[in-house]
Amino acid sequence: MTGNDTRHLPLEDIHVAAGARFGAFAGWSMPLTYPAGVMKEHLHTREQAGLFDISHMKLFEVSGPEAVSLLNRACPLDAGALDISQSKLSFFLNEAGGILDDLIVTRLGDSRFMVVANAGNAVADEKHLRALAADFDARVEPLDRVFLAIQGPEAWAALSRAGIETGSLLFMHGVEPRNNWFMSRSGYTGEDGFEIGLPEADARDLVAKLLGDERVLWIGLAARDSLRLEAGLCLHGQDITPETDPASAGLMWAIPKDIRASGAFIGADALRAAVERGPAQKRVGLKPEGRQPVRGGAALFDADGNPAGHVTSGGFGPSAGHPVAMGYVVTPLAKSGTRVFADVRGTKIPVDISSLPFTPHRYRKG
Amino acid sequence: MATTYFTADHEWLRVEGSIATVGITDYAQEQLGDLVFVELPETGKKLSKGDTAVVVESVKAASDVYAPVDGEITEANGTLSSDPSLVNSAATGAGWLWKMRLADESQLAGLMDEAAYKAHIG
Repeated sequence: MTGNDTRHLPLEDIHVAAGARFGAFAGWSMPLTYPAGVMKEHLHTREQAGLFDISHMKLFEVSGPEAVSLLNRACPLDAGALDISQSKLSFFLNEAGGILDDLIVTRLGDSRFMVVANAGNAVADEKHLRALAADFDARVEPLDRVFLAIQGPEAWAALSRAGIETGSLLFMHGVEPRNNWFMSRSGYTGEDGFEIGLPEADARDLVAKLLGDERVLWIGLAARDSLRLEAGLCLHGQDITPETDPASAGLMWAIPKDIRASGAFIGADALRAAVERGPAQKRVGLKPEGRQPVRGGAALFDADGNPAGHVTSGGFGPSAGHPVAMGYVVTPLAKSGTRVFADVRGTKIPVDISSLPFTPHRYRKG
Repeated sequence: MATTYFTADHEWLRVEGSIATVGITDYAQEQLGDLVFVELPETGKKLSKGDTAVVVESVKAASDVYAPVDGEITEANGTLSSDPSLVNSAATGAGWLWKMRLADESQLAGLMDEAAYKAHIG
């Protein structure tokens, strides 16, 4: 079903035993659903705790006397302004200001950082970062880890029962609780939760403990996608791409003001020009009328039938109880409540521009 | 007396006289996962074998269901508009998709019986 280059998760045997249905994603064979099914998996995550194997994502440790300078060059980020254990969403941009990848950067020490990259871009990211590192006294080390996410209101309690205290760790902070572990309070669902990178043997032990807790269920990639879409979070390759910049993507909040003005990151000039011009299109939430989902790729039109943009991600929101989508529309239409129309197999489906997220974030911020 | 046929595309047809009731198999609904929307055909629509008759949408994706034989739609299962999950819970019963009047009953000879279909899905 997939090519010879398909990569397999270190814990694949556990997913097989759990009855997972697999599919290809970003070069990996990934569990798409488990026997509970996408709908139950999604709702369970919002109500209790979902366990995700996200080992397809890549952790890089960036360290050395000039680690801060390297990251400030690679990302529109003030790495030196991060507190120890603070995490921040950032990007690799191309010279045109387009988004090569979105990343989470966490400061582990004065000159040590963890960078978490998307699966599909991990190889290119490593090459990019290593090439930049040649100009700095800094090291880029890809880590060989299993990467797990546990998400949902009971995530902290389930970890606690498994012997892992999350105590004072707040949203968008990360620590190294054990040797070769990295744990951050973060995720891709809009819920409180944690992402934990750890050696395979430790991961097998942790997974066994967590699955012994009736509040914890394996959750596949299908529900991961519907959860993040309801939460209004972007998927790189769909909602953000090398052709979209942070301004049109509505992600300028991730770039500190002084960095926007004077940062020397790659793509700085192009991004400043894009901000100055104002984006021609903006990313928005889209709420289709009725029950029919509107999918990524669907063209959008205004009330007069003029092209208005396109859908980048779409599906059904099990918690929202209705179809949910996001996409780009021309800036004058990018206001909540504006009605546009999506072309679905020749039928025009009314779609309202909607604020994001569709389901409120429940992060533990303090 | 009704006779049930199956297709390689995981549909079933229950034929009584010249009317076939068509749905997807239990195997197919399992593959698709939880359905959230079924785009039903208009009554009276004429279809040739292989035309898209219905689109079933899961949380994640839309999939076409093809007309297994030539014919004219006589009824669509309107219950699915409010409860598409019937296709998951009762694929071969209350989750039927449409009924059609057969244009050429000789086409049925090219379909599988239950034993052949079971062998097909392994």
